[in-house]
Order: sequence, then structure tokens, then C-alpha cells
Amino acid sequence: MQQALQGLRVVVTGGTSGLRLALASALHDAGARVGFVARTRDRVAEVERLHGATVGVVGDVAVKQDIHKMVLQLLGRLGGVDVLINNASDLGPTPLALLGDTECEDFERALQTNVLAAFRLTKALLGSLTASAREGRGALVLNVSSDAAVNAYAGWGAYGASKAALAHLTKVWNEELASQGVRFLALDPGDMDTPMHAAAVPDADRASLKRPEAAAREFIAAMIDLLPQPIPSIAVSRRAS
Amino acid sequence: MIAADKPIRAADAKLLHVDAEGSVHHGLRTGLVKLLHRGDVVVANDAATLPASLHGVHERTGAPIEVRLAGRATSGMNTFVAVVFGAGDYRTRTEDRQLPPILVEGDVLALGPLQAVVVSLLEHPRLVSLRFTAPMAALWEGIAHHGRPIQYAHIGQKLELWDVWTAIAGPPVAYEAPSAGFALDWRTVAAMRDKGVKFATLTHAAGISSTGDPALDARLPFDEPYFIPETTAVAIDTARTANRRVVAIGTTVVRALEHAGRDGVIASGPGMANQRIGAADTLRIVDAIVSGTHEAGTSHHELLRAFVDDTTLRRADAELEARAYRTHEFGDSIFMERSLTRQVGMRSTGSWRRGGTAHYVERALAQVGGK
Repeated sequence: MQQALQGLRVVVTGGTSGLRLALASALHDAGARVGFVARTRDRVAEVERLHGATVGVVGDVAVKQDIHKMVLQLLGRLGGVDVLINNASDLGPTPLALLGDTECEDFERALQTNVLAAFRLTKALLGSLTASAREGRGALVLNVSSDAAVNAYAGWGAYGASKAALAHLTKVWNEELASQGVRFLALDPGDMDTPMHAAAVPDADRASLKRPEAAAREFIAAMIDLLPQPIPSIAVSRRAS
Repeated sequence: MIAADKPIRAADAKLLHVDAEGSVHHGLRTGLVKLLHRGDVVVANDAATLPASLHGVHERTGAPIEVRLAGRATSGMNTFVAVVFGAGDYRTRTEDRQLPPILVEGDVLALGPLQAVVVSLLEHPRLVSLRFTAPMAALWEGIAHHGRPIQYAHIGQKLELWDVWTAIAGPPVAYEAPSAGFALDWRTVAAMRDKGVKFATLTHAAGISSTGDPALDARLPFDEPYFIPETTAVAIDTARTANRRVVAIGTTVVRALEHAGRDGVIASGPGMANQRIGAADTLRIVDAIVSGTHEAGTSHHELLRAFVDDTTLRRADAELEARAYRTHEFGDSIFMERSLTRQVGMRSTGSWRRGGTAHYVERALAQVGGK
């Protein structure tokens, strides 16, 4: 892919495995400047080694008190944010459990990560996102969804309910902020061959699963589709060096 | 006036309106948009506030200190201008805070996970230039985790970062909150749009408002870097060409716009506001200001004298007092239109300072976000 996202500042949440790693590589290849958050210093260091200009921040999106500390570092080092990808996901109970067998704490954790973290992070970045929109760079929030948000699958209650909430949150955000130029989209990457899928369905035939790299390409395509092309450059003086 | 002692944006916050004829009206801040006209441009400061207060130890003496970052130095990304306090915390009024131990060049300050070295003294025992030893990523992490927003003795509780970020907060370059922006929420921004009022932002690295030290406070505000996006400059020039008003949310916006527009047209891009604005000055760009309520003698209050004559300002102050408006960062607001009597003539603003703090505060926001 050519440098279709040159200079775009993209924040991605989630661990360093699966879709997030594939997204980081694809975004990097497309010319974007990537910021990401991960829970451990080792994971942050690992990705920063892979992609030199990547900005890694240690923190847990599910912890309310961590949000502003992470956002401060991301904004300070990136200078601003044009795209937020809420990718961090929690399966709820693992192995998957019927709702009647689901511990309340496991459900709460899924809601914290899949719904509230996405809400809080979006809210804390709204100033930057709307500024990007006003300056003609476009602004986009992509929330990683699942067909479990739409269909009722036994054993996927906590995860499915939280993703359904995220999908609805996405629509309301979009309704409220489209007029300010910030677009919100929930994207279902499909069943991917990731550590998370392995935790949910340990005996799945991996060959039948989608590669995360293919899903990452679809995300990039959505960004190119929804953002102005070419993306106006950030004024030299505003760019983080 | 009474001090607003909780970090909340009260739903019933009041708004004192001084119109262009000098008449004073009372209303609610939720009614702000009613005072705006189609075609007006409202400009706000989208700077997010740094947790600029860092507690630690002066290593040579072992004395506890508090460092308040106040500006970024030209000499490097990790070098700051800072005000240093001795033992104590925000529960003591800044006026009563102890001096730090005598600081000399090369002194090491241990500030939680960070270490800073005194590069130079800036003509005052509290004011220094500091260089952090950490690389940028570790510096941002250290400030995020160890720093606290600058606290106020009149607020009954400890301020957290989310308390001092406005709804529109973006680049973290302010040392204290651009607090007039607390008047904005997304409902208000949407209502402006519905009414045909243009909303625009600039980024201005608001410095510290007060140190409690008369000699230092006399030097405030320090020179402050700002950045005006091209789209904001265009929106302002469009409004002015159409004889519409430019409404500034806060004194920092007035300072940035009057600096960038000193030749009569707004220059987009980075700049360094180094002027004071007061009674002697004629505003060239800004027609009205939304601000907190300020006490006479402060630089914020002084700036209002450029909008209205002293008789009107005294009358407004008396109304604020009589109706028990709440003052300080989280208090009530005013909407003050530049009086008709102050709109004649285009005399150049008078108090441009040369030199001053410009040589040690960075030239532009260019370097603020660097990695």
C-alpha cells in the first residue's frame, strides 16, 4: 500500500497480539504515526522495537484513573489524534460460560474494557478529534465489534452484550458528533486467528479463520474511505518532532 | 464575590452580561448562545492542562520542595522554566509558602521518578530553568504519573487531571487551566452550530496565574507560545469582513488573537504572546470576551479594561459583588462586549514588551509535543 495515511495520527488500544499487531504494522506501512496502549512495559517495548516511530504508553484502559495519564502521554508525544481505534476487548469468562454460570465480576470486566474504556477514551480525546475535524484533517473513531453483538450465541453472553452496547454507543456518538465532523463506525473483523479466538474456541480449525492482517487491511480501507484524501498536512509547527 | 471551592461546572452557573452600551444584565451561563449572533465566530483555547506540580527533594540539602513548571525553555525539549516552593503543599496559600533552599546552578532535584538539574537562576530565588535528565518518553510518563495539577488553597479537595481539562482539551501545553473554557460543553458547541455561529479554536500555552510572590507576580503573565490553525484564522477574517463579532473564550485567547492580529489581519501559525493588555490598549480583533470573574488588580481584570471604561467595569464589579457571583477557576462567568466608546480609532496597542522572558521561554508551540 502506498502512503495513503501519511502523517495521520492513530491511537490503537489493545494488547500486542492479534489484530492490534497487524493494525500497527499496516498503519505504519501506510505512513501513519501510531500510538498504542498496552498493559505491560515489555509489550510496549516490543512494539516500539518493531516500528521505530511508534509511541507506546503503558496503562490499562479498563482502569478509569489511568485514562487521563495515558491520554496526556499520547497527546504530548503525538501532538494530537486524528483516529482512535478502540480494539481492546475482554471476552468475559474464559473458558466461555453460559450466562447462568458467568461470575458477575467477569461480566463487569467485559463491560469495563469493551464499553466504558471506549467511552472514556473517546471522551478524553474528543477535544483533539474535533480539532482535527475543524482543521480539515477528518476525524474517525473505529470501534471493533463482533457478530456476537448482533446474534445470540450461547456462551457469548457477557462478550456479546458488551459488544452490542458498544455498537449502540457508536451510533449515538455518530449521531451527536457527525455535525462536528467526527465519524464513528463499528467494524466487525470476523472470526480471526488470534490468541483471543483461541481462548474462546480452543479447538477451532485455525486454517478456516481469517488472518488478522486481512482484517487490518479492511480497517485501513475504511479509513481511506472516510477521511479526506489526501490528508492535509499538519502545519510544521504543530507537528510533534 | 465568593470563592468557588469545588471543581464542578455548576449547572446553574450565572452569567453577567455587559453589553456594548455598558448596560449590565444577569442571566444563566446556559443562556450564553442566546447572546451570540448568526455569523459571529467564537474562539476558544483548546490547550489541555499539564500536571505541572511536582513534589520532591532538593538533593544537596535534603529539603522537601515543590516544583511548578511554568514554561518551556528555548534551549531544549526537556528544559522548563519553573517556580520552586519550599516545604508545604496547596493547603497553604501560595502567599504563605516557604522559599526553597538557596538554589545554585547544577543542583539536582529528585522529583519522584524524574530527576532535574538547575540550569540557571532567573533573577529570583524561586524562578529557575530546569533540565530533566530523562528522554522524552520517560519524561512524559514521569509527569503523567508523578505530576499533579497545580492546586489551589481555596478548593477544598485535591484536583485531578480530569478536573482541570476543559471539554475541548487537546494539546497538553497549559500550566494552569484555561478556565474560561469550563463554560463550554458539547451542548453549547452544538447550539452554536445550530444558530449559525462559527466555533473555532487555537492553542495557547496558558502559564501560571499567580505565585503568591509579589515580585514574581509583577512579571506575570510570562511570554506564552500559541498556535493558530489556518482554518481559525480564515474564520476570524471572514467574520470581520462581514462585520460579525469575534468572541474570545478567555483572556488567553484575547492575548493570542491580539498578538497574531497586531497588523490588522490574523496571522496563522505559531507565535509568542509577549504583550500585556490593559486600559491603554485598543483591541483590534476581539469584540467580546467570555471570562471568569476576576478581582481588581489581577492581570485578567486589567485586560477587561481594554473592553470597557473604568466606570462600566466598576459597575460590573459592584453587580458581581452584590449578586454574590462566585469567583476563581470554577466560578461563574461574564460575557463582556467591547463598549462602543472603545471601538473608535485604531491606535496601536501600547505595551509590547521587548526581551522580557522571551529569551528563555520557547518561541512557539512547535516544540511542545515532541517525542
